[in-house]
Amino acid sequence: MSVLALDSVTYTYPGAVAPAITDVTLEIGPGELVVLAGASGSGKSTLLRAANGLAPHFYGGVFAGRATVAGMDTRDHGPGALAAAVGTLFQDPETQVVMGTVRAELALPLENRGEAPAAVARAVEEAALALGIAHLLDRPTAELSGGELQRVALGAALAGRPKLIVLDEPTSQLDPVAGDELIALLRRLNEDFDAAIVIAEHRLERCLAFVDRAIAMRGGRVVCDAAPAEFLAWACESAPELATPGGRLLSGLGLEPVAGVKAARAALRSHGLLPDADYGQVGDAPRRTPRAEPALRFERLWHEIDRGPVVLRGVSLEIGPGERVALMGRNGAGKSTLLRHAAGLMRPTRGKVRSAGRVALLLQNPADYLVGEHVRQEASAGALATVGLGDPALRERHPRDLSGGEKQRLALAIVLDGAGGPSYETAVVCLDEPTRGMDRRRKDELAALLCELDAAVLVATHDPEFVAAFAQRVILLADGAPIADGSPQEILSGGTYFATETARILGGAGGALRPDEGVAFVSGAEAEVGA
Amino acid sequence: MIYRRRASPLHAVRAGVGCAYCAALALAVLLLSAPILLGALVISIAGAAAFAGVSREIRRAALFALPLGLLVMAVNMLVAQGGLTVIARLGDLPVFGQTDVTLEATVYGAVLGVRAVALILCGALYTAAVDPDEVLALFRRFSFHSALTATLATRMVPVLARDARRLADAQRCRPGPPPSRARLMRATTAGVLDRALDVAAALEVRGYGAARRPARRGRGSRVRRPYSRHDLSFAASAVALVALAIGARVAGLAPFSSDATLYAPVRAAGVAVAVAIVVCALLPFADRRGIER
Repeated sequence: MSVLALDSVTYTYPGAVAPAITDVTLEIGPGELVVLAGASGSGKSTLLRAANGLAPHFYGGVFAGRATVAGMDTRDHGPGALAAAVGTLFQDPETQVVMGTVRAELALPLENRGEAPAAVARAVEEAALALGIAHLLDRPTAELSGGELQRVALGAALAGRPKLIVLDEPTSQLDPVAGDELIALLRRLNEDFDAAIVIAEHRLERCLAFVDRAIAMRGGRVVCDAAPAEFLAWACESAPELATPGGRLLSGLGLEPVAGVKAARAALRSHGLLPDADYGQVGDAPRRTPRAEPALRFERLWHEIDRGPVVLRGVSLEIGPGERVALMGRNGAGKSTLLRHAAGLMRPTRGKVRSAGRVALLLQNPADYLVGEHVRQEASAGALATVGLGDPALRERHPRDLSGGEKQRLALAIVLDGAGGPSYETAVVCLDEPTRGMDRRRKDELAALLCELDAAVLVATHDPEFVAAFAQRVILLADGAPIADGSPQEILSGGTYFATETARILGGAGGALRPDEGVAFVSGAEAEVGA
Repeated sequence: MIYRRRASPLHAVRAGVGCAYCAALALAVLLLSAPILLGALVISIAGAAAFAGVSREIRRAALFALPLGLLVMAVNMLVAQGGLTVIARLGDLPVFGQTDVTLEATVYGAVLGVRAVALILCGALYTAAVDPDEVLALFRRFSFHSALTATLATRMVPVLARDARRLADAQRCRPGPPPSRARLMRATTAGVLDRALDVAAALEVRGYGAARRPARRGRGSRVRRPYSRHDLSFAASAVALVALAIGARVAGLAPFSSDATLYAPVRAAGVAVAVAIVVCALLPFADRRGIER
């Protein structure tokens, strides 16, 4: 018997003109681990909401068809009743942890079910041990990091031993290390708890290697439901934006795409296509010659928090006019603080920031910039056109009704907008984690947009694929100071967290390559060996 | 101000005992009016905060409470005309009319001010040292949804404060003149509603909508948490504080009057009660066995 069965489910949100999901039929068996793929707005989140009963009981709207979770029809059982069978994890860790301490948070779902205190205490201990958060049990939730909060929320979803766990882009707000840890944890829980897991995720390369099935959605419909290898073959053929970088590399070389770095490397090796790691290694970048007038200059910048840690330690950097720079490093390395100093939002403890003109800063949440009733009220027509929002119909819409990617571009138009139009007087454009929760197509569009700007660009990001697409220079921060400063070719190869997937597969040979560059590189190497 | 678990005997006690201890201090503040005893209570609250490691939180609350206490004192000084010992003639003041400031009204105003400050400090001590989740568990049998809503409201305060800071930073990043207050208010409201919707959805999938009263605690199902030595000592301290306050008031051990002339003699019995209050309130902190550092 399946734990989740959707039979011709069509659901339309209240006020929407078209259904968010249409005629979806699928079954998830006990203990299955399934990844849900698709571009933003393809219906992934709605499908998960249909599984946990939020659609239609919480959101309203029109629901047709039949959804059954562990034998319970979601038309007859609301999310409260379904909570015993299905655990849910959302994107934002901040808003799904509601209690003051971790212990109380884990206990809440069980207490809501009226479980006896002994059963609650036992389940809390088990969930905490399974997730490795036993040491956090008495910590206030207000003090936890995003990764810890997401683990706690997962613990709360898991404490009642549900038969099904649905996760809606749970890693989108996390740094890559925390994201990878969460995915590894899910994999282990799937084995230990025998709960079926359905995870909606944009970065498929994180999880495709160990899932049982991949389901792709497009326009609210299921367009592919297959094992990972078949899914990748389909994606390379029909939906390249859903294919992993490794899959695209192998497909480009005429090989059967496989999921995971290890499998991809093995496939290349078996065909004699894996180049020697030393082959094509990039040498040290030429020393940068000092420019007469940098667009942005940090001079021995220190930022110390009163009764707190040192965030920036004497950072001295120069960003040239029109230069596109990526700022990388783990959470807490000082990336966001440096950007805030660049835009004058913070006062340094010591040191100076100088710029050749205005510094525009786009913070992590684009919705914070939106205050108008119409898109046209937010920025000038020129700025809107620059970011691809020139469509007159779009300009009449309410800013909060835009999709995530459109909001991002609108916020960019707002910060770029000046008295004389976009980029006028703007010397530097800074963006803080602009690709969080973005699908691959939107990332590519944003990278292309950044490459078109006249101003210098400084982007704090964890996303090596995005960096490889737009950056001319990468600065790696650790503990508030730059530890590496060079070209993407130097910095984004040979590592794990700060490397593109293609570079990881090729062991760093050829530098920080994207899949198409990887194909050209391997083909070139093969031709050289053949000659 | 939010609760953070700290290595202190007060943080180690169960919520019911913590509540009782803070309530006993507050009750004593309400029952006693002799300056020497109120002074002893303020010292006790400050001492308890120091030993519980929440001095910073109490200092912050005191910064808010002191102006309020001074205001109470000043108003009483100007409004009450009961005393006979005039210390200043302010003449004919608007609103107040012919105003004489008397020593008795000033002292009584000071007593009221100190009492207001002490009550606020008791509240601050409770907030900083008693686990709200445990308090929720205490009250869930009576009104679970109300108790959870109250806890949620407390939890959302720092989240919304962070949201507000983020929004303010984003608005500072906008070029040109800042948007009007009305626009900002609309945007803020929309943001808060978005947050509320997200939290409501999270609560729904945690089973909040179908919440039931906890299972009847039958034999074998109950987790009996034994009373620790800290539970017992703080409970005893709370009982002793209430007994001292009632006893001192009924027996008139520390008389205080400011009706016509000031009458606040310092007697041995009053001093003994003051010392006893401080000792009773702070003695439980002496035992730190089982408290992690």
